[in-house]
Amino acid sequence: MCDKELWPEGVQRCSLKLFIAWLLVIFAVMAWGLYAAYVVWSGGLIVTGMDNYFAFGLYIIFDLAVIALGAGAFFSGLLYYLIRVDGLKNIINLAVIIGFICYSGALLILTLEVGQPLRAWFGFWHPNVHSMLTEVIFCITCYMIVLTIEFIPIILENRKLNKVKFLHHVAHNFHVIMPLFAGVGAFLSFFHQGSLGGMYGVLFSRPYAFREGFFIWPWTFFLFILSAVASGPGFTMLVATLMEKMTGRKLVDFSVKALMGKISGVMLAIYLIFKYLDTWGWYAGILPRSGLTFSEMFYGLAYGKWLLFSELIVFGLVPCVLLLYSKTRNTPWILYSACTMVGIGVIINRYVQTAQTLAHPVMPFDRWYVYVPTWAEWAPSLAVVAYGALILSLAYRYLPVFPQERKLNPA
Amino acid sequence: MVLYLKEFKVKWGMVIDLDRCTGCGACMVACQAENNLAPPVDASNKRYSMTWMLVYQLSNKQPYPNHDVAYMPRPCLQCGKPNCVPVCPVIATDKNQEGGIVSMVNARCIGCRYCQAACPYHARYFNWHDPVWPEGMEKTLTQDVSTRPRGVVEKCLYCHHRFMYARDKARIEGRDPNALAEDDYIPACVEMCPTNAITFGDLANPEHKVHKLSKSPYAFRLLERLNTDPQLYYYSQREWVRRQGDNFLEHETVGGV
Repeated sequence: MCDKELWPEGVQRCSLKLFIAWLLVIFAVMAWGLYAAYVVWSGGLIVTGMDNYFAFGLYIIFDLAVIALGAGAFFSGLLYYLIRVDGLKNIINLAVIIGFICYSGALLILTLEVGQPLRAWFGFWHPNVHSMLTEVIFCITCYMIVLTIEFIPIILENRKLNKVKFLHHVAHNFHVIMPLFAGVGAFLSFFHQGSLGGMYGVLFSRPYAFREGFFIWPWTFFLFILSAVASGPGFTMLVATLMEKMTGRKLVDFSVKALMGKISGVMLAIYLIFKYLDTWGWYAGILPRSGLTFSEMFYGLAYGKWLLFSELIVFGLVPCVLLLYSKTRNTPWILYSACTMVGIGVIINRYVQTAQTLAHPVMPFDRWYVYVPTWAEWAPSLAVVAYGALILSLAYRYLPVFPQERKLNPA
Repeated sequence: MVLYLKEFKVKWGMVIDLDRCTGCGACMVACQAENNLAPPVDASNKRYSMTWMLVYQLSNKQPYPNHDVAYMPRPCLQCGKPNCVPVCPVIATDKNQEGGIVSMVNARCIGCRYCQAACPYHARYFNWHDPVWPEGMEKTLTQDVSTRPRGVVEKCLYCHHRFMYARDKARIEGRDPNALAEDDYIPACVEMCPTNAITFGDLANPEHKVHKLSKSPYAFRLLERLNTDPQLYYYSQREWVRRQGDNFLEHETVGGV
């Protein structure tokens, strides 16, 4: 039994047996996540670590993180299709697939996060135009459709499918109109990435999160966009590298990876300038106005100052410098480490924005609590990671995701 | 960041005298019975309990003999500028009815809990459990208060059904339902308080007691610096109690006499 006829032309893949064994591992993790989903849907969110203090938990932190890391899709699309950064053509397919995985995964997690998932459509039927969350609901759903449209031609380029004349033409025509969707995707992404940050910035009754801003958009709106575009391209590059390590094949030329690293570094530098200004404004303006001191915003290990220091310096400034200098950027292990650090920095940011905002006791007679996620939150999150591995495995095996693969791996 | 703010001619509000409150919890019990709050699954875990009205204990943290405590009942503060309302993605909560009570349409709520995250007073509660009443107890439910399913957020509505009763009564008696007298409409917690610590009425009406009390130099509002503009005042002649009503930097002084 062999599925060789389905592989992209001129490439080598592992045996079907090994592939199926790998898929079984993935399915096992997904089954665990599905069981957790069943427990949550049937028993309610009481099985999670969330409570009346922590209205949001790992589900939201995970969603915010994957949506930020999935930003490589829209930003690479914007740079390649609209700004014509030609080098990105060798990684754009992967960026789209990762975006698709991240967004569809985030939507799956959201069905667990809301207390009444069957009422989720109310967001479209009874929208509150003043809510940042409404904007997120609309933009994420629309962008998910855009990502699906962007994914379709990649699927149709499968060797077998592409032999069907109609599908071949569909794929071709999708490619022709792709700049339009790249533009729409970029527009939608700017807004929902921003609104996810805006969701916290508008909480004027939560001094840890509250930010002033420009017109209706708090500064967190812009910071979330910038941090997403700083981490997304690097994450795409890291996934390509991980796939190379796992398959033992060269998939993307290092110059493309270094280019992704450079994009990440430049965007991170811009982000950090504004983030430092924002942190200073919060420290010197919002906190004293609320009668609070800097030290009062931190607590213990889970919400300590070390998180702020890590986010801004260790996983902010350090990788930024490493990515901006061509010598360090062009050293593979430094490039990979720096992009990993950028990703960690963004995850810390999404964590503190969510958990620390809620943990800080605003009422002076209240106390700090620590949020600890339960297995019912970890399992679906890991299942989404497994779901991502499934999509990537199938895409790598059967679709021409990497245009350079044949050239980089001569028979 | 709130783009809309509505002004009301009538502002139902409370003034809670913390020097009178003994922390007996009768207001909490009255609220639970009146508003059909199901008996909790595990009452020992306060982070999951449903208490639209919750009595906090405040302490001056001084050693004996200077030690002093106060009790602070906390219903929904019906903020004039509520953070919970503009964030709701489905308009399940609003502040648009004359009287200024922040509404909650449980049948509309999708359970995203964004409003809960927005409320610094923890006045919003998520239904973690299916509400279950022991056999026979369902006969004690208040008929005009709908029960809520698992997975939605709920909150104190100043016994809104009593407001509706009062308006109906005024109509039947040929009076103006928009100009209720002070005793026409009283929430359950106010009615049940054994020490008369809670005064209820129209904050905007100079003839109502709450109007006068809210102007006292001993009156203060919880977390006033956040600009949520609550329709609920606390009252205490003790300076340390007033100081716990908000966050203050070390050099800042608290209001009062």
